[in-house]
Amino acid sequence: MTISNQAKIAAHHVNVWYGTKKAIDDVSLDFGSDQVTSLIGPSGCGKSTFLRTLNRMNDTIPSARVEGDITLDGEDIYAAHMDVVQLRARVGMVFQKPNPFPKSIFENVAYGPRIHGLAANKPQLAEIVEKSLRRAGLWDEVKDRLTESGTALSGGQQQRLCIARAIAVDPEVILMDEPCSALDPIATAKIEELIHELKGRYAIVIVTHNMQQAARVSQRTAFFHLGTLIEYGATSDIFTNPRQERTKDYITGRYG
Amino acid sequence: MNDHTIKAFDEEIGQLRGLIAQMGGLAEHAIAAAMEALRRHDLEGARAIVAGDRKIDALEMEVEALAVRIIALRAPLADDLREVVAALKIAGVVERIGDYAKNIAKRVPLIESHGEIEPLSVLPAMSALAVQMVHDALDAFAARDAEAAVEVCDRDRQVDDFYNSLFRVLVTHMMENPKTIGQVAQLLFVAKNLERVGDHATNIAEMIYFAATGTHMAERDRGPLPTT
Repeated sequence: MTISNQAKIAAHHVNVWYGTKKAIDDVSLDFGSDQVTSLIGPSGCGKSTFLRTLNRMNDTIPSARVEGDITLDGEDIYAAHMDVVQLRARVGMVFQKPNPFPKSIFENVAYGPRIHGLAANKPQLAEIVEKSLRRAGLWDEVKDRLTESGTALSGGQQQRLCIARAIAVDPEVILMDEPCSALDPIATAKIEELIHELKGRYAIVIVTHNMQQAARVSQRTAFFHLGTLIEYGATSDIFTNPRQERTKDYITGRYG
Repeated sequence: MNDHTIKAFDEEIGQLRGLIAQMGGLAEHAIAAAMEALRRHDLEGARAIVAGDRKIDALEMEVEALAVRIIALRAPLADDLREVVAALKIAGVVERIGDYAKNIAKRVPLIESHGEIEPLSVLPAMSALAVQMVHDALDAFAARDAEAAVEVCDRDRQVDDFYNSLFRVLVTHMMENPKTIGQVAQLLFVAKNLERVGDHATNIAEMIYFAATGTHMAERDRGPLPTT
């Protein structure tokens, strides 16, 4: 299912196995460079597994095996010469549970730019940290306490800190795996507002169980079921007039 | 169609359909009863119809409250969302049909020498046609039947034709019998009200089509311009 010829990430005939169990079955999906795409589907449908193939997070699971082509700007991300650390800087990730390093707020954001050599000196590094925290909508809340531990922040702030950390290495794609499922409604609204702000600057792919959230934040939505891609289209169509019966049953709460 | 995982959601949708069906039944009955009161110059019956309209208004508010509640609590999507929105709009239209019945009933005392106005014999047939359209539209809603909805729309032309020919006949009658102009003018309004009932049934059918299919009904040939 191709959306345009300027796809940022393109997946073609992707299969994923965990041992002998097939978790993803022949999924082809393109992501536009300036769009937010939601992946929805019941638990165990493979949406998170698929998301994790996009920056090779599945490499860390010994039994996982990925087949098919996934390209970033046309470049095969599973090629032997691909530097995985570099890849994950270009394709950042935000997880379900905020996972700041047990270091200061400043260090949480500065870590990535420092190891990737993005700053020539301290003032430049401080500039990157401030810009990233601003972009993540957290600067005003933490600017006077940058030396405090990142883990001392509230859950919502921690999640925005993780987004700032991902942004700091200047990625092209941000993957979000249920970024709001551990947050209260206000913190969730802030993250959604942030996604809205970040749209256009990064390609964003978000896995969510919250149907309304998918409808609100994304321009395109993909529905997964039992490891296969059932339907992919404009979010407005998926939620008002889905083509597939299984999509409709799922989003209207008739699944299972 | 499968049931919702949350049973209360199905129950609420069922209630919503029940309310619409009830409203529709009352509105249909009110139109037919108003025409019967007109035919028999039944002032008592006419008053009852005017009073009965309050029941339809009250049901409309019930539909509104329930639809808003469903939207707030269940956040319906896809065909559920379209159905709830359609129900909300249909309730408004059915309420208007009730108003037309009330309007016809209010004219009953003003049309006395009814037996002498020959063209009036056509009105019951026109009324029956319009009422049947309302009835069939609401059946289509209950069954989520897009085809039945299209069929209702196709019949609107017949009501319009009735109205156009009645208009000419009534105007001719007024020219020939100037003494009856006051009363026959009232009959023209009655005919116009019935024509509007047909239009509203058509609107309902279009909403049902959208709720059932997610697409709008193709534009129909609406015939020649009306003569009024």
